[in-house]
Amino acid sequence: MPRKEAKMNKMQIVLSGILKNNPTFVLVLGMCPTLGTTTSAINGMGMGVATMAVLIMSNLVISLIKNFIPDKVRIPAFIVVIASFVTIIQMLMQAYVPSLYAALGVFIPLIVVNCIILGRAEAFASKNGPIDSILDGVGIGLGFTLALTAIGAVREVLGSGAIFGYSLGIADYMPLVFVLAPGAFFVLGYMMVLFNKLAKK
Amino acid sequence: MANKFFVAPSPHVHSAQSTQSLMRDVLIALLPALAVSVWVYGLNVLLVTAVAVISCVLFEFLIQKYLIKGPGTIYNLSAVVTGVLLAFNLPSNIPWWIIVIGAAVAIGVAKMTFGGLGHNPFNPALVGRVFLLIAYPVQMTSFPQPTSNQFVDAFSGATPLAAVKANLVEVGDINLLNMLSGMMPGSLGEIASLALIVGGLYMLWRKVITWHIPVAVLGSMALFAAVVAFMKGGGSLFYELPAFHLMAGGALLGAIFMATDYVTSPMTHKGMLIYGVGIGVITMIIRLWGAYPEGMSFAILFMNSVTPLINKYVKPKRFGLISGK
Amino acid sequence: MKSTLFNMVAVLFTITLIASAGVGAVNMLTEDAIAEAKALATKEAVANVLPAFDNNEQSEQMIDDMPIKVYKAVKGNDVVGYAVESMTKNGFGGVIRLMVGFSPEGEILNVNVLEQAETPGLGTKMCDEGNALLSSIKGKNSGDVEFKVKKDGGELDALTAATISSRAYYDAVARAREAYWVACGGKASADGVSGATSTNKGSDAQKGGENE
Repeated sequence: MPRKEAKMNKMQIVLSGILKNNPTFVLVLGMCPTLGTTTSAINGMGMGVATMAVLIMSNLVISLIKNFIPDKVRIPAFIVVIASFVTIIQMLMQAYVPSLYAALGVFIPLIVVNCIILGRAEAFASKNGPIDSILDGVGIGLGFTLALTAIGAVREVLGSGAIFGYSLGIADYMPLVFVLAPGAFFVLGYMMVLFNKLAKK
Repeated sequence: MANKFFVAPSPHVHSAQSTQSLMRDVLIALLPALAVSVWVYGLNVLLVTAVAVISCVLFEFLIQKYLIKGPGTIYNLSAVVTGVLLAFNLPSNIPWWIIVIGAAVAIGVAKMTFGGLGHNPFNPALVGRVFLLIAYPVQMTSFPQPTSNQFVDAFSGATPLAAVKANLVEVGDINLLNMLSGMMPGSLGEIASLALIVGGLYMLWRKVITWHIPVAVLGSMALFAAVVAFMKGGGSLFYELPAFHLMAGGALLGAIFMATDYVTSPMTHKGMLIYGVGIGVITMIIRLWGAYPEGMSFAILFMNSVTPLINKYVKPKRFGLISGK
Repeated sequence: MKSTLFNMVAVLFTITLIASAGVGAVNMLTEDAIAEAKALATKEAVANVLPAFDNNEQSEQMIDDMPIKVYKAVKGNDVVGYAVESMTKNGFGGVIRLMVGFSPEGEILNVNVLEQAETPGLGTKMCDEGNALLSSIKGKNSGDVEFKVKKDGGELDALTAATISSRAYYDAVARAREAYWVACGGKASADGVSGATSTNKGSDAQKGGENE
């Protein structure tokens, strides 16, 4: 897979992250934040953007230092890089967007163990140049953000009768279960089916 | 191509029984409870049941025809049974559109997503009920009073289990005879204890079900309640508490009609006993210490998920095989 | 690079050093902003339940092993009210934290839910504006209220199908009142002994409810 990706042009790298290698619907990575934070479109989007920021920066740094890292300690080295960026993002969010930080809560520090980020470091950034790695981060990050926003929007509409916080005035008729944990599984399952059916065409 | 060797959904029974005749017997067995419910709550009960049945059959027909594109399965009556069982799990004053959503989840999500009758890991009617319970908690837990109510007047709409859970009433003060006849607030099909038992006996006589699952569920619940009563000091509680728990909530409906669903329960008798005891114990744990007053539907769904495991480890003896031991 | 011991130690050491320097730098940059955001959040929560004030004094008490914070709001030289950050552990989903505003005369001005994990659609209604819980105590003198729902023989409304959440809410408000009485010292006794006895009754009833 990585060798094939290396031959892709810049646009294809970005597009592949959104469609062919969509982290949520195709690679099925990072399920913990996907299920946990998508109670509304805004929350899903916030989580996606935070993850994308970490992913782009860690991809860039790892592709820059990949030649200096001894093979046996590459995982700990990657983790240190990723963890630093997560901590930085966490502090920035706490300082400047405290409401979003409160909503996403424990899931922000958990970006460290999001398999998408370590997965891309291993599969892409450690084998490709800095520009391609940034583009891969953008693509995968966008794919993740779009997927989380879409799941969040569907759950918000079905569960609380609102979209991006704007009430549609139908809250009393909507099944609450969609903003709860079981609803996350229902929506993710059916959206995965739909995505893969459409992507095949 | 594979369809040339189409295997009918389980149960693979070689007898005069077909899926359709089995389902017809289940429906007949449900009639007494329905009749009692109409007597207690009025004609609204028939309306709720009709909406549930019609929407279940309609969803099954539409999904089968346009999404799965397989042979029609609505004539095996299983969707009708799902519809009736779903209605039995709802309060009789529930708005019609909630019933339709419940039917869509029961048939669409719990049954057809997995490939239709015989492939569903969970009991469709129960999935529909639990979905509605979590989705519309207010509507699903406000029960109308029986028309001629002898039960505690002061607490409108609380089921006996909810009343006991909220410390509104002592188990000893509840009129057990009313519970036996069905004079208590509750879902429309779960209240008529005596009628449900009659239905169960009919199914036993027609060999639709075996005794193993109902007896294991109810027996383990009674035993559990007796032990709890013993620890609380015994006395008259010793028979009141087990009797209360057997007749309250969905114990009988669940044990006789829901847990015995062929598709989602184990195949061997020994497996059925394990499965039944699991349901009984989990139900009692939820009732006594859980957040919800009633745990029957959660317990059955949970044990549904364990059924493949039970089937794997409790295998039927094969013919011609000498025991290894 | 080859995986010799020296290489591995040196590279990891360097990476950790740079990373910690980076994190430290960002920490220094954001420290003030984070503290400010936190202070602003507290101030907003206090302002939510009290009339306008200039500044507040903070004190803390332990009631039933739970830390209860009292903010005494001052405008000019007058005390305009007390905001009490109270909590309970009896919620359906565990801890509930509330900010309760009292006027200097003991009137309950407003209650704001800061943190809860109740069932969405049932217990979470306690956060809505004008919900049954808030409207049945808002504007009443805290000394006159017995914090008991109707189901337990009291006079206060409960949320539909969320008795446990409602009991917990009133439990937290009752604890806030206790803290308020301690904080304003003399005034509590001035309000009369009857007020103090009704607290005891209230908390006894709560305990009774839990044990049954």
